Amino acid sequence: MNLDHNAGGRVRPEVIDAVTDWLREDAANPSSVHAAGRRAREAVEAARDAVAALVEARPGQVVFTSGGTEANNLAIRGVVEAGAHVVSSTIEHASVLRPLEAVRVRGCQVTLLEPARDGSIAPARVASALRDETRLVTIGWANGEIGTVQPIEEIAAAVRERACGAVLHSDAVQAAGACAIDLGRVPLDLVSLSGHKIGALPGIGALIVRRDVAVTAQMLGGPHERDLRAGTENVPGIVSFGVAARLARVERASSQDHLRRVRARVLHVLEAAAPLVVHGAPEGLPGTLSVAFPGLRADALVIALDLEGVAAATGPACAAGAAEPSHVLRAIGCADDVVRATLRLSFGADLSFDDAERAARAVVACVARARGRRGAGVGHAA
Amino acid sequence: MRPDDVAARVREAAGAAGEEALVRPEHIAPGARVVAAMSGGVDSAVAAALLRGAGLEVIGVSMRLGSAGARADGHTGCCSLDDFEDARRTASRIGIPHYVVDLRDVFQRSVIDTFTATYLAGRTPNPCTLCNRDVKFDALWQVATTMHAVAIGTGHYARIGGSAASGFTLRAGRDPGKDQSYFLFTLGQAELARTLFPVGGLAKPVVRAIAAALELPVAAKPESQDICFVAGRSYADFVAEQGGAAAALPGRLVDRAGNVLGTHAGVHRFTVGQRRGVGGGASEPRYVTSIDATSGDVTVGPRSDLAVAGFVARDVRWTGRPHRGAARVRLRHRQAPVACDVEPGEDGARVRFAEPTGGVTPGQAAVWYDGDRVLGGGWIDERLVAGEGA
Repeated sequence: MNLDHNAGGRVRPEVIDAVTDWLREDAANPSSVHAAGRRAREAVEAARDAVAALVEARPGQVVFTSGGTEANNLAIRGVVEAGAHVVSSTIEHASVLRPLEAVRVRGCQVTLLEPARDGSIAPARVASALRDETRLVTIGWANGEIGTVQPIEEIAAAVRERACGAVLHSDAVQAAGACAIDLGRVPLDLVSLSGHKIGALPGIGALIVRRDVAVTAQMLGGPHERDLRAGTENVPGIVSFGVAARLARVERASSQDHLRRVRARVLHVLEAAAPLVVHGAPEGLPGTLSVAFPGLRADALVIALDLEGVAAATGPACAAGAAEPSHVLRAIGCADDVVRATLRLSFGADLSFDDAERAARAVVACVARARGRRGAGVGHAA
Repeated sequence: MRPDDVAARVREAAGAAGEEALVRPEHIAPGARVVAAMSGGVDSAVAAALLRGAGLEVIGVSMRLGSAGARADGHTGCCSLDDFEDARRTASRIGIPHYVVDLRDVFQRSVIDTFTATYLAGRTPNPCTLCNRDVKFDALWQVATTMHAVAIGTGHYARIGGSAASGFTLRAGRDPGKDQSYFLFTLGQAELARTLFPVGGLAKPVVRAIAAALELPVAAKPESQDICFVAGRSYADFVAEQGGAAAALPGRLVDRAGNVLGTHAGVHRFTVGQRRGVGGGASEPRYVTSIDATSGDVTVGPRSDLAVAGFVARDVRWTGRPHRGAARVRLRHRQAPVACDVEPGEDGARVRFAEPTGGVTPGQAAVWYDGDRVLGGGWIDERLVAGEGA
């Protein structure tokens, strides 16, 4: 039972079918002139249409990348030149914060806004951080750890009103498929997307680039992707992204409805494991539930749950096997012991109501075990 | 590897000793879930394999205690990403799951902060014992109970005998060169009942032979030495770094009569019994005989000043019933225990040596033995000089 959907969900069966069909029958380089090459080009462009449609953008604005991380790097390093000022927040993903740190070291000024206790960034705070030399504003659409959805439309309006010429970027990796993203209405310049978060293959993402925004390519080579991202297209990845995007767009309303009910049910079951603290805003991502069990170690709960067949997490996946304490939870004011006690449960639409309930009961059982036996050993003087 | 494959290779490599090491204690049910603490070293790797060979459900767990990753100063203590990777590959080889838990908060509070504070108080800390008491056999045990495990297995060289009915005993490891029982005196009956030391009955070369027979990736890994978190640095530098301004207080070097012989850069640089750094041109060798952190005075004297009649131990723990009377006491790791008389009291124990004895260092553990059996231990608090009520 996967309660770690935000780290990446299962590849959708429709996606697997489409990709294997393409690999078996049409695999070719889309830059080739011959028939197979032209069919590959058609597949790429059909996928581009679908990804554009997911966020109500135009196909020509879609630049395929290797994933959300590369899209964020391209948006930041491709826009900010030395001496510029950037506005962002302390709860961004590492693939935003690390490039910001890199441009800061190279002489840029970076203002990182502190979120409110629920993780939200007030548009007025963004507006008051703007300067004449502000070149980029980058605020994530939704936070993958605590699920908070930012008032991105109001933030965009505030930036536009100031008319300082700042480029507006949003990392929408966690929002795509979960939130209605309408770039016809919200005037963002750059938007990062990731395929595997919506059921495509890992290794594919996109940066939506509005035509009149100057972005400098970071990967240099051939003239692929409008000269913004060199390298032969990852056609299987792109095909998978197209199929997943098409499905995500069609199913968004129903899957959000399902996820809201799943989340409410999980939260209801978890109340048996009180005391607990739910982080983030109640109207956040419907598939994300960040919950602390004070006094416990969430990493031990994650292991215990895994041994019972339930996948959960303490935060973003980490190569070391033990994640660093979440910078997001610290940024919203959680003390170290609350950070350590926080479990991130995240659901995909493929998680059935019954499985979610069973998984939540497993969480309750593990919490009870951890609480019941805590300190049961022989005590000792300090 | 399947459990019977593991067991077959252990028997082939170690014969009767291997057979014995595969025996599951009576109070642990067949197939019971146990946590194997895996440092990434060979001892804990073989311990995990022996538990699997004994038919238990083994979950490998590595503890993150310090900062992960290689450090600029070339620190090679435990808890590096390479050590976790070694543990992971070992777990994969013997067919058990492997996880990492972050216990840095407990380690900092219980071990590192105490280490620093003890040196700054003019005493000599014993971090390995504290790590066993508070991290491995307490914090990790809490993790293990959350995982529904019934015991923790480690790569310590010590042996647990007895049963729930007769009481459990803690004995020295069979390999006298590797015995770690001194660091384990805080384990009482509750801890002994839920602890397994699978390599405790083996000699180190046999452990290596088993690791080789199992083709474990760590079979030829060198021993870790020194205290893991200060590896590569001097203790004094580490304490100064951790303790901040308080560590930098200079003081006086004095003799027993109170004559000032010189100055020093901080009490944390000294240990009772230390000879280095206090000689300074004297006709006979001088040793640190006592440290007063309040005044900053470090007293030095001839070797004969080091021998004391006994000491008072605080925070005493017994592996079983409290012991009164004759015993042998070990005052530091691997030191030959010396004859003494133990008198347990309400807030500690008074220990009198059969002969005046040196090496009584406040802050260190004193561990009482009956033969190779650990009776209990405590923390050396004050030294009893002959004629002062001893």
